[in-house]
Amino acid sequence: MIEVKNVSYRYDDRAALDGIDLTIDDGEFVAIIGANGSGKSTLAKNLNGLLLPTEGRVLVDGIDTRDDVWSVRARVGMVFQNPDNQIVGAVVEDDVAFGPENLGVEPLEIRRRVDEALSTVGMLEYRGAAPHKLSGGQKQRVAIAGVLAMRTKCIVFDEATAMLDPRGRSEVLSTIEDLHRRGLTIVMITHHMDEAARASRVIVMDGGRIVKLGSAREIFSDVRWLKKIGLEVPAAAELGARLRLKNILSADDLIARLKR
Amino acid sequence: MFQDITLGQYFPGQSIIHRLDPRTKIFAVFALLIMIFSAATSTEYFFLTALIFFFVLLSKIQMSAVVRSLRPLKWLIAFTFVIHLFSHEGAELFRLGVLTATVDGLRAGLLISLRLMLMIVASSLLTFTTAPLKLTDATEKLLTPLKAVGVPAHELAMMMTIALRFIPTLFEEADKIIKAQKIRGLDIERGNFVKRLKMMVPILVPLFLSAFRRADDLAMAMEARCYRGGEGRTHMKSLEITRLDRLAIAAIALIAGAFVMIRMLSV
Ligand SMILES: Nc1ncnc2c1ncn2[C@@H]1O[C@H](COP(=O)(O)OP(=O)(O)OP(=O)(O)O)[C@@H](O)[C@H]1O
Ligand SMILES: [Mg+2]
Repeated sequence: MIEVKNVSYRYDDRAALDGIDLTIDDGEFVAIIGANGSGKSTLAKNLNGLLLPTEGRVLVDGIDTRDDVWSVRARVGMVFQNPDNQIVGAVVEDDVAFGPENLGVEPLEIRRRVDEALSTVGMLEYRGAAPHKLSGGQKQRVAIAGVLAMRTKCIVFDEATAMLDPRGRSEVLSTIEDLHRRGLTIVMITHHMDEAARASRVIVMDGGRIVKLGSAREIFSDVRWLKKIGLEVPAAAELGARLRLKNILSADDLIARLKR
Repeated sequence: MFQDITLGQYFPGQSIIHRLDPRTKIFAVFALLIMIFSAATSTEYFFLTALIFFFVLLSKIQMSAVVRSLRPLKWLIAFTFVIHLFSHEGAELFRLGVLTATVDGLRAGLLISLRLMLMIVASSLLTFTTAPLKLTDATEKLLTPLKAVGVPAHELAMMMTIALRFIPTLFEEADKIIKAQKIRGLDIERGNFVKRLKMMVPILVPLFLSAFRRADDLAMAMEARCYRGGEGRTHMKSLEITRLDRLAIAAIALIAGAFVMIRMLSV
């Protein structure tokens, strides 16, 4: 559904993306990892026309982001890192309605979509609440509902769990997995390997390029290489590597293996 | 520190007043404000006080909330009262140094304070019974005819919405920054005015920086959700003038008529 063709992007005189080629299929769950400044957010913003490539093309369902950015944004939604800075409405349901209102959807249909989106993320009972009274995880779920109500086919999460406590993080992660099961295409940018491990495909970025691409197990088997390109490696994975055990991503993996 | 701000506070409910279209309410409040402003005799004040009291009862808003809405302006009210008390000619009530309080002054002071309070309560009724979004939608609708002369109706309404959304967030943040600076030894509760003003710098600078960051993020998030101005936008909660509104408008017109009659009789 998304084709990135030889895309480069420069901020003023600084190259942030350098010849990216990538195809994301309908219904796929892709994770993007990479050190700070490796170009993950820049790539994400190129996927829905928030930034337009300096060179190359991005096609969403065959539509070039240069030609019709609004049709592209109606297909690819985005959830950002800071839960406080992406909610527009002073009441939860008004915020969720914001996207469909912009798309010119009929009022009754908006009402239906808002209720449906809020119940999908488990926030229906908070529809009348003020956003600033919610927890971080709840705010992110409201932001997700705001994208769902637009009926996009794909959602890009740019470190959507980075500012949350463990509880909020797991709320948001299980929501994302649920959406994937419902058939949405998911692109998830993260610094956490245990999060990336849930994806069917992991993309590793370094210096504006895609340097590795494969299943989570393949990517995470080489702990030394990951550390070399500046990625945080979970303590369990590192210990696993030192013990010369393969495929250790979390403490649970490690315990299971050591018990054997 | 910022707990007792009732600014723009909304109390959800199902009363007749809640169910009115916000445009009807804005119209009614304007009519009331004009009447309050032109009231002169005690009869007229009595009429308006009874009327507004009746509206408060209709709205089913708790009296304590109504009283609380007066609190931020209590000093203004007291000040106005004292000025009037001492600034009228006539029979002396008591003396305070060079100042003379008069009976006429007392009467004028009471009426003016009452006028202020009535105005505050009347406008609070509007915000107490109307969801913020409906209020901004109504503003947009009412300003739309002025688009022809260059009034950016949609943009103003969007600004109001965003302000309403972010005021609590910014207050929370200010609270956090103040606490953080206090831990670093900043003492904002002591010193003279200039000194205290200077102490505000380490609070306001981070607050403004973060507000700009937020604005930047928010603009990006709005764009990502296909926001491109008011053109072609729909509204989930569309405003609608119903039979109830027509009744209310007729009632306000009758009340205004009655008020004019009282005025003419008392001249
Ligand atoms: N608005 C901007 N103007 C100029 N340079 C920028 C801008 N945004 C990002 N950059 C630069 O582009 C490069 C890629 O940044 P990007 O934000 O895409 O990285 P990232 O992988 O998302 O990093 P992080 O993990 O910190 O979010 C960095 O070198 C960064 O300094
Ligand atoms: Mg980033």
